[in-house]
Amino acid sequence: MNRDFLVVFAHYDQYLNGLWNTLWLSAATLVLASITGCILAALMLARPRAVRLPARWFVDAMRCVPFLLFAYLVYYGLPELSLQLDSWACGLLALVVYHTAYMAEIVRGAWTNLSREQIEAGRAFGFAGFPLFGRIILPQLFFASVPVIGNQSIYILKDTAFLMIITVPELTFAASAVQSTYFVPFASFVVAMLLYWLVTLGVEASVKRVEAAAEMRRG
Amino acid sequence: MADLPLLLQGALVTASVSLAAIVLGIPMGLALAIVRWQRIPVLSQVVAAYVSVIRATPAITLALLIFFGSPSIGIVLGATAAAALTLLINTSAFNCEIWRSALIDFPRDQLEAARAYGMSPLLRFRRIVFPQVWRTSLPALVNEMTLLIKASPALAVIGIVDLTRAASRIGAATYQPLPPFLAATVIYMLMVMLLVGAQRFVERLVRERFDLA
Repeated sequence: MNRDFLVVFAHYDQYLNGLWNTLWLSAATLVLASITGCILAALMLARPRAVRLPARWFVDAMRCVPFLLFAYLVYYGLPELSLQLDSWACGLLALVVYHTAYMAEIVRGAWTNLSREQIEAGRAFGFAGFPLFGRIILPQLFFASVPVIGNQSIYILKDTAFLMIITVPELTFAASAVQSTYFVPFASFVVAMLLYWLVTLGVEASVKRVEAAAEMRRG
Repeated sequence: MADLPLLLQGALVTASVSLAAIVLGIPMGLALAIVRWQRIPVLSQVVAAYVSVIRATPAITLALLIFFGSPSIGIVLGATAAAALTLLINTSAFNCEIWRSALIDFPRDQLEAARAYGMSPLLRFRRIVFPQVWRTSLPALVNEMTLLIKASPALAVIGIVDLTRAASRIGAATYQPLPPFLAATVIYMLMVMLLVGAQRFVERLVRERFDLA
């Protein structure tokens, strides 16, 4: 057993490479899906039914579909539309589109719970348009949804593991490669699990920090 | 559409493995939550670590670890058993957190009143705590079930012919992967919607039975 862990540690470069890919895929998804999620949330809250309903349908559909199936549909479906993307682009695209729906739901929830008085008070103080949004609304939306976004980041992190199936060399792919070459299954996947755990602990610590900062702002 | 039977067989495998994990995972989560709630020394910290690690582990990594790793600690599991165990370990950690938050929010004065009436700890739990706690936990537990169904395609990597693997087999045989995956996606959506519908039904039933008084 100890020898197995030594084999794994001897290939730490593969693990670091996989971890790096997992990290940047997750981070890119978090950033991009937050942006598109805000836009989608705005569509869901829009007045015209023709805008609101399709946005709602998309979000509801995504929340019923397993990520792996969606990734398969993107991976096999895009070539049918004569769009040739490599597995990286497919993986990232699937992650972003899928998590856009979840982010939109988070933003919509935070928006619905935002107190109207704050906005009215802002208006009364002469805030309007972009300053109103940037100074009054956005900080509150952001701080209200940080714990949920942190939680969603962990789901994004875990969903990147599915991309090994469409041959994206992320952390689980690296662990699987080491295990199938040297047959050290226990050690290789335990090390991968610990790395995922460390990343999650990092995410949770950052959420705590931001929450503390939010408390400071409120004074 | 000659492949529909294979797809439905796969759906049956997905459903039964998920059901096994759900049926065992809810009481297991409750047991873990009680260990945390009662602050049983050592065990409580072990459960906290278990939940923290499992919460961070992708289902696919856990499935690979359990299926390929278990022989090296002297346990040989078949693919189906490994699949069910993966989902059970995964869901029990999340269920533990759900039960625990309901237990933490449970009003202290009710417990004290029950103690004043001379109820034993077991009776207190059975008569006072549990009948209320399960109702507050139900929506979150069903939500966790839908997450479990959505994580279950990960099991295809260890070779059980679940819905996902059935779809990819058909795709490989016909050189047309898109139609079977679309059909599989629709079946998954139906399963999730069925659960959500069942949850609404049970919630209404509970409201009608208990909250009218």
